[in-house]
Amino acid sequence: MIDYTNLSYVLAAILFILGIKKLSSPKTARNGNAIASVGMLIAIVATLVSDGNMDYQTIAIGMIIGAIIGAFFAIKVEMTQMPQMVAIFNGFGGGASALVAAAEYFNPANPSTFNAATIAISVFVGTLTFTGSFIAFGKLQGFVSGKPIVFPGQKMMNAVIAISIILLGTYTVMGGDTDTYFYGLVILSAFIGITLTIPIGGADMPVVISLLNSYSGVAAAATGFVLMNNGLIISGALVGASGLILTNIMCKGMNRSLANVIFGAVGLEQPSGDGEAKQISVKSSTTEEAAMILDAADKVIIVPGYGLAVAQAQHAVREVGEQLESMGKKVLYAIHPVAGRMPGHMNVLLAEANVPYEQLKDLDEINGEFETCDVAIVLGANDVVNPAARHDKSSPIYGMPILDVDKSRTVIVNKRTMNPGFAGIQNELFGFENTVMVFGDAKDMLTTLHKDLKEL
Amino acid sequence: MDMINIFTVFILALFVGIEIITKVPPTLHTPLMSGSNAISGIAIVGAIIATKVGGEMGTWLGLVAVIFATINCVGGFMVTDRMLKMFKRK
Repeated sequence: MIDYTNLSYVLAAILFILGIKKLSSPKTARNGNAIASVGMLIAIVATLVSDGNMDYQTIAIGMIIGAIIGAFFAIKVEMTQMPQMVAIFNGFGGGASALVAAAEYFNPANPSTFNAATIAISVFVGTLTFTGSFIAFGKLQGFVSGKPIVFPGQKMMNAVIAISIILLGTYTVMGGDTDTYFYGLVILSAFIGITLTIPIGGADMPVVISLLNSYSGVAAAATGFVLMNNGLIISGALVGASGLILTNIMCKGMNRSLANVIFGAVGLEQPSGDGEAKQISVKSSTTEEAAMILDAADKVIIVPGYGLAVAQAQHAVREVGEQLESMGKKVLYAIHPVAGRMPGHMNVLLAEANVPYEQLKDLDEINGEFETCDVAIVLGANDVVNPAARHDKSSPIYGMPILDVDKSRTVIVNKRTMNPGFAGIQNELFGFENTVMVFGDAKDMLTTLHKDLKEL
Repeated sequence: MDMINIFTVFILALFVGIEIITKVPPTLHTPLMSGSNAISGIAIVGAIIATKVGGEMGTWLGLVAVIFATINCVGGFMVTDRMLKMFKRK
């Protein structure tokens, strides 16, 4: 007899892979997403008809509730809030996997040791992803402080929890008459998800979200091992790999190891380094002057950062960009890998504002362009344009690949205040001879700049 | 299916994943995340099965799992589509 259910899972997996493959270009990406969603539909239908004895009522209720909530979020979310959205979805994915494994734990059929071990792993990873994602969501949404939350003995505490989890997991696998070990495992897994996420600061969020994305895949794959289900294993592996690659790209973008991001708690107030934190004097300027500088330029590169997202200034920046182009200037956008709060954050914002994607250049593509650039406009970005990363060995961001904006003839920097960036260090770029500062909210500044450019 | 088979599938899928995902350009990294998020909603398959395996406790856990996984699938694919729709050329 042909096993149609498993055959359908293979088909679904093929469609997932083809779908992701089509994400290699913005032209085909939308199509790819549709293909992947068809794969999901096939997997769901195949499961529903695989056994006539399903509890269809429960399933229908769950699906309707889930579909309404999911669709509501998907339609309502602002593009600036996309990191929160992805964070919370990671959490639901991990949570779902953990719940499935937990249901298997209560399966009256006597589980094998292998089965019990996969249940323990699945519950651990899934629960950790669930709570960790909600903390990440809270930090991005502002419910929880975006600053690292650290206290003495934190690492020690995490180590103790980790060891306890291993012990409880082992006891759960060995079985026994009590469910206490299992409940303990669930509680501690939930707890370590929280304690591992709270010490991580706002600007390190791209790494954390990528990592949680990876975990949600690992959790699904682990659940696949519990159920001996190829569909879950393949899909989980794909998502796990995706998250891992993104995590790696984000870490490289900051020149830090994953361990350093998770345990380093960068972003605390630095105890003013070597004591000779030099005061830099900056040239403050106006939008009128900025407009005049831009008028004389041929090539302009715009460097967006998290400040742009906070100010919701994506449409305002597009208007300025288009105005400059109508004045015959070449306009490009330079996107640092860790600009914003998640991988590709700036690209989505600018796409929303109708900036053509050909104008968005990543770090490697754009860095050679700054030498021939007349004006670089830095909008709410800080550490990713700090030249100290190139030469100052004592700087916490030393070695991080940066956008070489300082090589442009003139750099216009827009910031709200002189407050240092996330890494807590002053940016020497602001004091450079060729830098002018225009203070103010990015959206207000760009709107005024747009007006000034038109009035030239 | 035995353990080795299923482990082989896992490892091969990992390699396929790494191979295809490295080709996704940075500009599409956010849609990649939300899209792969939707794919991790495949846990819905397990959730559907779970509603009937674990007795009453299993049914409740399964119900919540179905809700979570459906949020992931529906929300994930929809929001990814919404984003990808915006990526335009000149």
